[in-house]
Amino acid sequence: MANIPAGIDDTVPLAEVADVELYHPKSWWTTYVFSQDAKVIAIQYSLTAISIGFVALVLSWLMRIQLAFPGALSFIDAEHYYQFITMHGMIMVIYLLTALFLGGFGNYLIPLMLGARDMVFPYANMLSYWLYLLAVLVLVAGFFVPGGPTGAGWTLYPPQSILSGTPGGKDWGIILMLTSLILFIIGFTMGGLNYVVTVLQGRTRGMTLMRMPLTIWGIFTATVMALLAFPALFVASVMMLFDRVLGTSFFMPTIVEMGEHLKNGGGSPILFQHLFWFFGHPEVYIVALPAFGIVSDLISTHARKNIFGYRMMVWAIVGIGALSFVVWAHHMYVSGMNPKFGFFFATTTLIIAVPTAIKVYNWVLTLWRGDIHLTLPMLFALGFMVTFVNGGLTGLFLGNVVVDVPLAKTLFVVAHFHMVMGVAPIMVVFGAICHWYPKVTGRMLDETLGRVHFFVTFVGAYAIFFPMHYLGLLGVPRRYSELGDTAFIPPSVQALNEFITIMALIVGAAQILFLFNLAWSLRRGKEAGGNPWRATTLEWQTPQTPPAHGNWGKELPVVYRWAYDYSVPGAAQDFIPQNQPNGDRISREPAS
Amino acid sequence: MAVVVILIVIAVGSVLFHLLSPWWWTPIASNWDYIDNTIIITFWITGVVFVAVVLFIAFCVYRFRHNPGKRAAYEPENRVLEFWLATVTAIGVAAMLAPGLFVWNQFITVPNDATEVEVVGQQWLWSFRLPGKDGRLGTAETSDVSSDNPLGINKKDPASLDDIIIQGGELHLPVGKPVKMLLRSLDVVHDFYVPEFRAKMDMIPGSVSYYWFIPTRTGTFEVLCAELCGVGHPQMRGTVVVDTEADYQTWLQQQQTFSQMVASAGEIQAAK
Repeated sequence: MANIPAGIDDTVPLAEVADVELYHPKSWWTTYVFSQDAKVIAIQYSLTAISIGFVALVLSWLMRIQLAFPGALSFIDAEHYYQFITMHGMIMVIYLLTALFLGGFGNYLIPLMLGARDMVFPYANMLSYWLYLLAVLVLVAGFFVPGGPTGAGWTLYPPQSILSGTPGGKDWGIILMLTSLILFIIGFTMGGLNYVVTVLQGRTRGMTLMRMPLTIWGIFTATVMALLAFPALFVASVMMLFDRVLGTSFFMPTIVEMGEHLKNGGGSPILFQHLFWFFGHPEVYIVALPAFGIVSDLISTHARKNIFGYRMMVWAIVGIGALSFVVWAHHMYVSGMNPKFGFFFATTTLIIAVPTAIKVYNWVLTLWRGDIHLTLPMLFALGFMVTFVNGGLTGLFLGNVVVDVPLAKTLFVVAHFHMVMGVAPIMVVFGAICHWYPKVTGRMLDETLGRVHFFVTFVGAYAIFFPMHYLGLLGVPRRYSELGDTAFIPPSVQALNEFITIMALIVGAAQILFLFNLAWSLRRGKEAGGNPWRATTLEWQTPQTPPAHGNWGKELPVVYRWAYDYSVPGAAQDFIPQNQPNGDRISREPAS
Repeated sequence: MAVVVILIVIAVGSVLFHLLSPWWWTPIASNWDYIDNTIIITFWITGVVFVAVVLFIAFCVYRFRHNPGKRAAYEPENRVLEFWLATVTAIGVAAMLAPGLFVWNQFITVPNDATEVEVVGQQWLWSFRLPGKDGRLGTAETSDVSSDNPLGINKKDPASLDDIIIQGGELHLPVGKPVKMLLRSLDVVHDFYVPEFRAKMDMIPGSVSYYWFIPTRTGTFEVLCAELCGVGHPQMRGTVVVDTEADYQTWLQQQQTFSQMVASAGEIQAAK
């Protein structure tokens, strides 16, 4: 173990399983549409996720316009506003971020970074995408059914989510939402089992677990967590669907709705909240851990320096993943659960800050005495660090039970989670796309367009969410379609809301620039070559760029070292690929 | 180098915004200034860390930016440094958690002399119930709700009869006396929220939640619902008036008891 960082451990075991021939597609349909190639599936996942993400972006525009200029768009009434926030939240968290990090980056990078030819179950992998697409279509269908999509908020708390006071509660909206979630989880499970088994069983010779790039550690741990957390959402969705369609009362106590006695009784609304957050909190880290892993590799590659404290980084990822299963009720401090739970959950929540802080230190210390190239991926990594530190620190307010009491359910919460699991992971998404686009397409993205997009997005997003914390501190509640006349809210709040909305419109528009860059560079971008960033990890060492089906040609690569041999003293170049044997290295200069 | 300038502007600008912005908490009207103090401690610790980390990143980017012919250092690990960073972080976290848990213990420990006041939420209206001369609230069940008994109060419970019912009106509280707010909902999840009291808690249909506080200054305060409860959520408002003891007693005399309410409902029935 101790040898790993120095990269001297070059005993490579023999292959335990013989290389197996893949199923090769025979037609256009099986090559590009019903493809079993993880790389094609990755692109399908990514394009679908980005497309639905743009829908959510437009919804956020509409909400912001309503908040800053109430009534300016006459079609936005309270009902629509709540439908927009619900769909925006659910799409961004599940259908964009989860799908993109695991289905998109996971599919592309796991086989390539581990030296595998493909996922171990390519057919199930293909089904995973098609179920995901179906889930997205069912979700979007909500916009076109009578009553529209559900407006229960992305947390879908019963009883309101299935009652008539909530948009879509007694119509199709909530049924489609729950059905879509169920489909998503079935699809994800097929993909997720694939990722886990591939990481555990599909690595090439010499790729020990402690030589895996942190990207893979992040995606792997997040996938294990998702496989454990999503079932809680699955059963909650099924039970709520029964309550809504079959008239059961899993979550329905005795209720008098608008003067009328309902037939339900005996159920527990708070049970849903526990199930939801048992999924919902790990979900935060399901999005964050792949981002942590990817950003580690971006920083290391573009600062030309090994990631600082690799082993600590691995244990921090695993530790955060485990701890995140015992903190869920910090979303429920003011939910009316037994308040004594607060002691336990505040303690576990603040303990999680320690491994998280260690990760931040190690990213920053990787920059220290580095050779920092301010490429697009590095810029986005810097943007990630700032927004993540900001959002992580405000988590210490909300996690600390009694401090949460005044701040819960205000715009402070909205600002916090957008900064920490909206802006920060999206920064990594952009950084990662800029980093791997040359491998996927063989072309570089346009640098100037990319820089404009970065600066507008980073500065703009910070200007949106940083001031918003102070509205929450003042006490402005979230999920208000209009504030109306409220005694404690001064007129200056309206001015700040207008500023935030204008920034949101600008930042949103800047994303079109990014899409344009993706499309334009596909044909006109500079030729990238196989390894434009001079990176060490295996995906940059493929015989073809973009990699062909099967990834490696005749021979699988063999791994001799960890993923971070950058600027090794005495080496000819400032990087040594993982598949380069030690013997080829120019000998160290004599010790001085 | 533009990014270095931007990082410095973000660090300095965030501190300036914090100090100069007009948006800050409302003047407190309860005993929970402990909570405000814990927030201040947290602001100090997190603020120092944020500024330090961002400025350190800016310095690194400036100092260690790429120059032709330069090479990065090679240092995979530094156990001593990692140990000390983890230790200092743990101490900082403990410095925030300890006062937090201490105050939380106070927050959930209701003093014996607290008066019980019931808040009932329904789409989209606040109602209140105060104990009568016996100082006790009668029992209530959602299943007992009817048009002449909108809060579902148990008519057979003798403690109910003198309870004071305020449906959709203002709640008055005497200044300086601890109150335990019992929170009940008839339909969906609501949340009784008065920013100046610093306290809030969900009300869940089927169970009763609570919090307690001492109103510390007289005045009129707006009640909001803090849990999305349907399309009428933003309009679900109410009013709490904190009175001097004398004003409170005057107000109390004018309120209707449960038995009076049932009787007048009965008269209306009879008149028909």
